[in-house]
Amino acid sequence: MAKRILLGLAVLMILGLVGMFALAYRPAIAEALPPAQFNPLLVAKGERLAAGGNCATCHTVKDGAPYAGGYAMKTGFGTIYSTNITPDPTTGIGNWSEAAFRRALHQGVARDGSHLFPALPYDHFTKLSDADVSALYAFMMTRAAVVAPAKTNDMPFPLNVRALQAGWKLLFFKEGRFVPDTRQTAEWNRGAYLADALGHCGACHTPRNALGAEVGDKAYAGAQIDGWIAPALTAANPATVPWNTPELIDYLATGISLHHGTAIGPMSAVVHDGLAKLSPADRQALTRYIESLGGGDARAAETAPALARAAAVRLGEDADGRLFNAACGSCHYSDGTLNALRPDIALNTAALLDEPTNLIRVMLYGIGAKQGAPGIVMPGFAGFGDRDIARLAAMIRETHTNRPAWTDLEKKVADIRAAGHGES
Amino acid sequence: MTRFRINGQSVSVDVDDDTPLLWVIRDDIGLTGTKFGCGIGLCGACTVHVGGRATRSCSTRVADVEGADVLTIEGLDPAGQHPVQKAWLALQVPQCGYCQSGQIMQAVALIQDFPAPTDADIDGVMAGSLCRCMTYIRIRAAIKAAAADMKTQSPKELPSG
Repeated sequence: MAKRILLGLAVLMILGLVGMFALAYRPAIAEALPPAQFNPLLVAKGERLAAGGNCATCHTVKDGAPYAGGYAMKTGFGTIYSTNITPDPTTGIGNWSEAAFRRALHQGVARDGSHLFPALPYDHFTKLSDADVSALYAFMMTRAAVVAPAKTNDMPFPLNVRALQAGWKLLFFKEGRFVPDTRQTAEWNRGAYLADALGHCGACHTPRNALGAEVGDKAYAGAQIDGWIAPALTAANPATVPWNTPELIDYLATGISLHHGTAIGPMSAVVHDGLAKLSPADRQALTRYIESLGGGDARAAETAPALARAAAVRLGEDADGRLFNAACGSCHYSDGTLNALRPDIALNTAALLDEPTNLIRVMLYGIGAKQGAPGIVMPGFAGFGDRDIARLAAMIRETHTNRPAWTDLEKKVADIRAAGHGES
Repeated sequence: MTRFRINGQSVSVDVDDDTPLLWVIRDDIGLTGTKFGCGIGLCGACTVHVGGRATRSCSTRVADVEGADVLTIEGLDPAGQHPVQKAWLALQVPQCGYCQSGQIMQAVALIQDFPAPTDADIDGVMAGSLCRCMTYIRIRAAIKAAAADMKTQSPKELPSG
């Protein structure tokens, strides 16, 4: 009897392993050199798409060759390094056929058949049209080939087992191209495609579950990412002036919104290296779609009271008010006239979010000339102690906004300081 | 390696990304008109312009000015005759002078944003520029004189700043 049970268990185990193997197995796609030439129009289209998808942001390190990989993505599951996607045949993707490239974007599988981690947002790229993947392939294969071997990911066992990604895909991944919403206009659908399939906005702006998958019914509800808060793109966005079409057009093209602030943190590269390079028609379509998420145009009546409230802000005569005046007034003093280069903190999203993360980060580390409003900087104030940064943040929250006070500010400042400046 | 322009000249410096811009300006580039005061962005002595905006160079990482235009007191006017400098001379603003290049750079930026500054504007923008000789009264007068002077000139004739 015991023998039969053991035999049964063994058979079950073997069946399980075979099943797992069958689930995880993907064949290698034969090595193939790309065509020697591509249609320049196709390459140019691919260049715009690569910008709109921000490929370079994650596939390039500071001072490194474009697309040569090595950028560290610190996730809750360990550190994953982006790889070389230049056409170098040994360390890049130079021996990937278009079919292999397409499978990587549509299914998250490398040429050799191994599963890719969803740090590559193939859960979005699966929605890319075949024609757009062809254009991206043409663009990538005409870049300068760079020899840059992949860095070893720093992930604990068993999270580093690629075959187990098959299970993740079974649970959370649905392959398939973008399906237009027939109730919406062509422009809206183009914007939805750019945001969801190409731009993978949800990768930062949608909360993720415990296993790192985006929570579908909380799309664009805002999330924490890389030490920043990616604010909600829905009506839950805390801005006092609604994100209407003109503000979104400005922001997505220049990184500056007069009534909200500038694109900082990971969003900075999204705008300056990506969306700014989209065609005006595509940016208009993206704006149409993003505006529809929060319904800002229909909330025009909220703007005037919000501006009046901001203009009425007066600094206290106390020590906190004087500290703000000395440290921040050079750039943030306002006589009530709005000037995008003298951002009004009362209107700034960083001061209005439920958590002070973004405000504290900017106070500690400033904003570089390539981020935010291009060409100008905000110095960092890391020379201030945690208590003074916390005092300033508390004072800004109390005098400049009508939102509830932030809690545990000093500890949050200390934690953000300890986490360091980071990549962006 | 960080590349930027200072007073119109392209420079590239090979220093740690976290090096304060002030150290690079003074020690690597050799322009010593910009002064070190507190080192944490609270006194204004190190004020320069980045992209035309008054910026504390002591607490700006050099990597953060990659590709930007930096202007120091040396580059404000080739002959030291910017309207703000002329007003400073006419009213004999400085006493010891240590904070004054920062005061002047901050004042130039102030007048750009507030062409006819009120006392409240001057207090609001200049409060972070400390002067231990207490020349504040003359600074205020010189800012108003310079602003009036600059108003009578066409913006095209003004030196960049």
